[in-house]
Parts: sequence; C-alpha cells; structure tokens
Amino acid sequence: MLKQTPLNAAHRRMGAKMVDFGGWDMPLSYGSQLDEHHQVRRDAGMFDVSHMLVADVQGEGVRGFLRGLVANNVDKLTVPGKGLYSCMLNPEGGVIDDLIIYFMAENRFRIVVNAGTADKDIAWMREQVAERALTITPRRDLAMIAVQGPQARAKVWAAIPGSEAATSTMKPFNAIEFQHYFIARTGYTGEDGFEVILPAGEAEALWQRLAALGVKPAGLGARDTLRLEAGMNLYGQDMDDSTSPLESGLAWTVDLRSEREFVGKAALQSRDIDRQLAGLVLLDKGVLRAHQSVRTRYGDGVVTSGTFSPTLQQSIALARIPLGIAPGTDVTVQVRDRELTARVVNYPFVRNGKAVLSPRPGPITEIKE
Amino acid sequence: MNIPAELKYTASHEWVKVNADGTLTVGITDHAQDLLGDMVFVENPAVGRELKAGEECAVVESVKAASDIYAPVAGVVLAANADVESAPEVLNKDAYSAWLFTLKPADPADVDGLMTAAAYRALVEAEAH
Repeated sequence: MLKQTPLNAAHRRMGAKMVDFGGWDMPLSYGSQLDEHHQVRRDAGMFDVSHMLVADVQGEGVRGFLRGLVANNVDKLTVPGKGLYSCMLNPEGGVIDDLIIYFMAENRFRIVVNAGTADKDIAWMREQVAERALTITPRRDLAMIAVQGPQARAKVWAAIPGSEAATSTMKPFNAIEFQHYFIARTGYTGEDGFEVILPAGEAEALWQRLAALGVKPAGLGARDTLRLEAGMNLYGQDMDDSTSPLESGLAWTVDLRSEREFVGKAALQSRDIDRQLAGLVLLDKGVLRAHQSVRTRYGDGVVTSGTFSPTLQQSIALARIPLGIAPGTDVTVQVRDRELTARVVNYPFVRNGKAVLSPRPGPITEIKE
Repeated sequence: MNIPAELKYTASHEWVKVNADGTLTVGITDHAQDLLGDMVFVENPAVGRELKAGEECAVVESVKAASDIYAPVAGVVLAANADVESAPEVLNKDAYSAWLFTLKPADPADVDGLMTAAAYRALVEAEAH
C-alpha cells in the first residue's frame, strides 16, 4: 500500500499521472512535464512535497547536538528563522541524507529531510541524541507545498492574507512562522519562491486557492529537470551513504575550519579525494542518463543524473569524474552503442530563468595539454 | 484509448501499417507516447539495415526515459522519418501519423503473427491492472 499525502485526491482530480516514488503515491505530471517546467521558469508552479518529512528537535542544548550531527556548522544560524543546508554524515564520511535545518529558538530547531530516507534519518538522529534531554518529533501531521517561479511569492501573498507584510523583506534561506503557516524562502528549482509548511487538513484549501490564482501544479518530472538545471544534487543519485560530500560538489556545505567535532569529520580529513562532481553538456544529439559511463583522459567516471534540459534544449548531466578535468574539456559518454561527446561545464546550468552556462558549449575552449 | 482498428500491433507497443505495396510502416502507439511523456529524441535505424524480428532497431527518448523500439518482423529498412527525428514532439501530438521507419518484410506472411487492435487493447487494459 503506497503512502499518500493530504493532496492525493486533489492530484487525481487534476488528472495527474501518479507514480510510486519511494513508497509514496506521487504526481509525475498533470499533462506535459515540459509545460510544467516552463511554467515554473516563467511564471509560477506548485509542487506537493508533503512526502518530505518535517522533524522538530526540541529541548535544552539542541544547537550543541546539531553541531555534532551535521557537516555544516549550525553556529552560522544566528538569527531566528535562518535556514542552513547540510549533509548528515555517517562515521565513514558518507552522506546519510541532505537536509535543511531552521533555527527557530535556542530550544527548538526544525529539520526537513528527504522522503525516502526519513525513517533512516530519524533513527540515526535518535541514536545520536544518546542521553541528552532532547525530543525529535516527526511531523506527519503537516503538509508542505512548494510554490516556485518569478511570480511565486506574489501568488502566495495573494493566497495567504497578511503574509506579504510578514515575508516581503525576508531573504532567501530564511523562514517565518505566520499564523499556522511556516513560510520558508527556499526551493529546489533555481527560482525564487516559498516552501509553505502547514497543517495537513488545510493543505487542500491552500492548493485550491493557489490554483484559482493561476498557479499550475507541477509534478516530480518537472521537479527533476528544474533541480538538475539548477545544479542541485538529488540524494540517492548524486550522493549516498558511500560517497563523500567532497566528491559530490558539496564541499561548500562542509565546515572543516572550525574546531567543532562532527560525525564523519575524521573520515573526511583522512580520505583522499580523487573525484569531483562536474556538469556536462552533451554536444551530440541524444540524452544523458544516470549510470552512463564517461571517459576522460584521467580515467573513467559516471553520469549520476542526466536529462534533457527544457530551458537549454539540449541534454545536461551531473557526472562524477576524476579530479583535474577542468571546465571546457570534452569527454566521451557511452550512450548505448554510441560514443557521444560532452563538454565539462561549471554548474548551475540555469538560474532565475536564464542559462548561466560557463564556459558555454561552442567552438574552441578545449584545454590543451 | 486511441487504437486504430486497421493497424497491427506488437506487445512492445509498436504499431504496424501494411501498405498496398506490401511494405510496412512502423511507429509507436498512442499508449506508448502517453506512458513516456514529452518526447525529445528519436534515433532511427539506417536505411538498408537488415533487421531480425524482435531486434532493437530504434530508440525514442522522452524527458523521463529512453525506450527501445523493436523490429515487428524481419526485413530491410526502406526509409526513416527525418521529420520525427528533428521534431520528436510530433509523437506526442499524433503517434499514428508520426511514423518512424518503413520496412520491406522478409516474408509478407509474418505480418499475420502480429496483434490485432482488439488483442492490443486487451493487452494495454491488462497492463493497467
């Protein structure tokens, strides 16, 4: 029996094609995945992300606990409402999950984790709590709707009276509790917008209000192309329990400078890094897909996520390849029985509706040896 | 579900039209395009290629996934549709006019082994449960 979010019936009424996503019955698309993608880049779209788990960590010394739990440093969270993206590592330095931690008060932090890893995450966190007087409360009583796109904030303001005054000056990666809503200026698309957490019983009413304001529903298909264009990792594909964040394009989220100890730190410091996550743009016709092998002059790599980019109208990918292969280098990707040429590029590929490819695919940026 | 009665079908969701001159036109069914979603890439077999029945001979890719196309019967590729290669989205608009390739069958009688529209409809309905 698949798990359902509070919006399941609404998805079906809107004609969604539903799929089993890690045990959850979720909308893949409501018609055209490409239309949903463009809708988010150009206007506003909404995603049911209630399958993700909100967990509240409460008690004395939450901050100290989180200091040791995750690879990024929660001491960066000085103002209530501020959010922090981080990996939670195992002792070997592999990624248990990536998550967002919000600092609400010294005795109350909110964590949002992936759906597929939620049970594992909660079990791990509780194990790490040990004798501390802390409670970790999974909040399956809540739903989450991500509204994303250049018009997303204005649509939320229209849908939730009073929310504009409360959030209009709020910066990205901050959240506020407004009435019974938790409104965060975060997302997984590379566009502006909000992720709204609210009681499950009110999710459908907000969803319908947003729909009435012209916000189109978007499914997991568009969510994946949007996040990949935005250069955002997907847990389980671009990193997992066996990969280091330092080999996954996530070094910026790992704080190794402070004296602080955290799970996985020693392993990260002792492990040699010889791979990197790189962006690829396919120069030939075709589509890059996860698990395709990549040949470079320093050895082989593998595509971790690949798709057709609706914004760029060509195939893009994230690939784990040997260190030292610089942007501008051409590599060979095995696509079925064909060897196709792709160019290593910096990512993100798209931000705020615009291509940000650098260096752009085109003639003569090959690095000569 | 759009399953034209005059066409033949395969269990792997290709449609086959038997032309007046005995050649075959091959495409993917409306059900197949619906399953795959927005099409973005088509790779057809080379003209002149000899195909065995059931051989992988073409690929269609949507944003979501790649899907192999199998030769419905043995034969030689006569033509490949360049229009569908340059604009794969036509497969989503009308899967039965967006043909992929034509084939001269090795044995015209092989066509009799393909599924009728009624049999294909039953297969699709069974898959849905």
